[in-house]
Amino acid sequence: MSDHSSSYVPSNGFTRWLDERLPVLRMMHGQFIDFPTPRNLNYFWTFGGILTFCLMVQLITGIILAMHFVAHGDHAFQSVEHIMRDVNWGDLIRYTHAVGASMFFLAAYIHMFRGLYYGSYKSPREILWILGVMIILVMIITAFMGYSLPWGQMSFWAVTVITNLFTAIPFVGESITQWIWGGYSVGDPTLNRLFSLHYLFPFVIAALVGLHIWALHVVGSNNPTGVEVKTEKDTVSFFPFYIIKDGFAVIMFALLFAWFVFYAPNYLGHSDNFIEANPLQTPQHIVPEWYFLPFYAILRAIPDKLFGVIAMILAICVLFVIPWLDTSRIRSVRYRPLYKPFFWLFVITCLALGYLGAKAPEGYYLLASRIFTAYYFIHFLVVMPVVGLYETPKEVPDSIADSVLGKEATSETAQ
Amino acid sequence: MKTDCLTILRAATLSFTLAGAVAVFTGSAALAAGGEGPHIERQDWSYNGFFGKYNKAQLQRGFGIYKEVCSSCHGLKLLSYRNLVQKGGPEFSKEEALAIAKEATVSDGFDDSGDPKERPGKLSDRFQSPFSNDQMARSANNGALPPDLSVIAKARTYHRHVPWYTEPYYWLYDMATAYEEKGSDYLYALLTGYKDAPSDMTMGDGMHYNEVFPGHQIAMAAPLSSEMVDYEDGTKPTLEQHAKDITAFLAWASEPHLNARKDLGKRVMIYLAILALLLYLAKLSVWARVKH
Repeated sequence: MSDHSSSYVPSNGFTRWLDERLPVLRMMHGQFIDFPTPRNLNYFWTFGGILTFCLMVQLITGIILAMHFVAHGDHAFQSVEHIMRDVNWGDLIRYTHAVGASMFFLAAYIHMFRGLYYGSYKSPREILWILGVMIILVMIITAFMGYSLPWGQMSFWAVTVITNLFTAIPFVGESITQWIWGGYSVGDPTLNRLFSLHYLFPFVIAALVGLHIWALHVVGSNNPTGVEVKTEKDTVSFFPFYIIKDGFAVIMFALLFAWFVFYAPNYLGHSDNFIEANPLQTPQHIVPEWYFLPFYAILRAIPDKLFGVIAMILAICVLFVIPWLDTSRIRSVRYRPLYKPFFWLFVITCLALGYLGAKAPEGYYLLASRIFTAYYFIHFLVVMPVVGLYETPKEVPDSIADSVLGKEATSETAQ
Repeated sequence: MKTDCLTILRAATLSFTLAGAVAVFTGSAALAAGGEGPHIERQDWSYNGFFGKYNKAQLQRGFGIYKEVCSSCHGLKLLSYRNLVQKGGPEFSKEEALAIAKEATVSDGFDDSGDPKERPGKLSDRFQSPFSNDQMARSANNGALPPDLSVIAKARTYHRHVPWYTEPYYWLYDMATAYEEKGSDYLYALLTGYKDAPSDMTMGDGMHYNEVFPGHQIAMAAPLSSEMVDYEDGTKPTLEQHAKDITAFLAWASEPHLNARKDLGKRVMIYLAILALLLYLAKLSVWARVKH
């Protein structure tokens, strides 16, 4: 919590002087060294650190790429190939950035499912959760804009498909779309603004991450039991316990990351994006990157364009209100026998939508994506409120310390 | 009331998902039966997988094929002649590469009276394309545009015909074995896929039948045949060998730093693995102080 006493002692004249004027080191010490953290966090709690690592990797590689990239319809594709061929280690910088986007989303999705499973969105962490949803929203926009920059066939047509969605807005759709394009079709001005905003938004993400961490440090971390921290016995200091655990997790994640960068850098991409953008030739299938596939499936599951767009946006925005949709008295799904199968059904639904997003929207595939889209919303709008009301949870440990230090067994038999 | 509500909700969601799964299953079964594009065989490439590396001799043979056969219609505009010398490529000697470069004519601005100037190529020049613009290329090729081959090995792929429930297995298999060479598989299948058209198929004017080309009608005539290009290193010049060699060369053209990347990768992975081990031990020792 933010009000814990600080053990910070300035060690020399300069830090004493600084501490009286700007206690930034005291603040850092309090937040990243002393910070009391529940002692029972599992490895799913390391994804916050992993995501910070991802953001830094994207920022550093992205800034270097921007030094060589040319945001012009005639040169963008060649300039990316120039990076791949002629810039020293340019292929690694670019692959790290491209794979990094996938790794960022992988980590973010795991982080989100962890929050859903352990009820980390519930009071008093609503703002923390909402900031997280804002981050994923800006991440989605940023990643989409970034994917457009190589100006290959898939880049160009993804921009065309997505910007065309704005035409679904009644009355002003056409004008808004042209305003976004900067012309009467996707072209040079579009590419330029996508690049400009793709450079800006990561800093918006960084600012939101700052707020997200601030909010986290006000209310403290949730934990697998979902029981709030009650006494000092429930916690350990962030340093060295979680610094070292997060560090280990980040390196394990970096191993996976490196595997893709060095041995399968194009595995997660699409071969059509190695064909230069051609406004006169539509690719056979326009497919987004894997991390957008569930949303793409939802978009195409709805027969009406406008409602498809609305459903796709709602699929993310519904997350903003789940702190109030979930009526359960307790947080962790660990102690929610009735809700648990629904949770896993929801995970399966997201995976199935991801699979269906990559398939042509026809026949049974379309039917399946409609069914799963329906469950996606039913889960939040019906299951979450209803199950919470009727469920009798298993007995929850009295405290984190109890669950760790062995009184768990007694509470199990009592139940 | 309470249990009724829950039973209904449970039954409803369960039947929902079941219906979804059944729909996916039948959908893909129908597609698999109908067939969506031809079957393409996975090949063994010297450069696929964790230990993959280009074979210098093969790239040199492949370049010979490009020069004698492909280059009359297809460009390689993203490559420079100096790339032929660099490590991890065909590794021609500087003299050999310069001789290759000099065969090209490069436009060199304007002379003092304003007329366009030309000079022989240098190592720093990009590969010169056979046609100066698309219109010229089309008019020389029956209306079809021969694509530039610089990134062709990464710009093509194919879909495996497997039941949907085995798809994740193949995704993981490719991921775990670092197999990214579906583009090469496709090129090889295309180059060896010329057959006589089935009698019930009406071919377009000047089109050729190919087993793996989408729609089976391709404007390019079969470019390779056995013993078409002489090999100086004693390799048997079969059609399959030609197709493999030119494919390997084009794969290198698409991904010229693959050798260096995979080399460095091993060092990075070993470094990270050791660091992970040390951090894990440190974590164990730190956490031994508290019960958790």
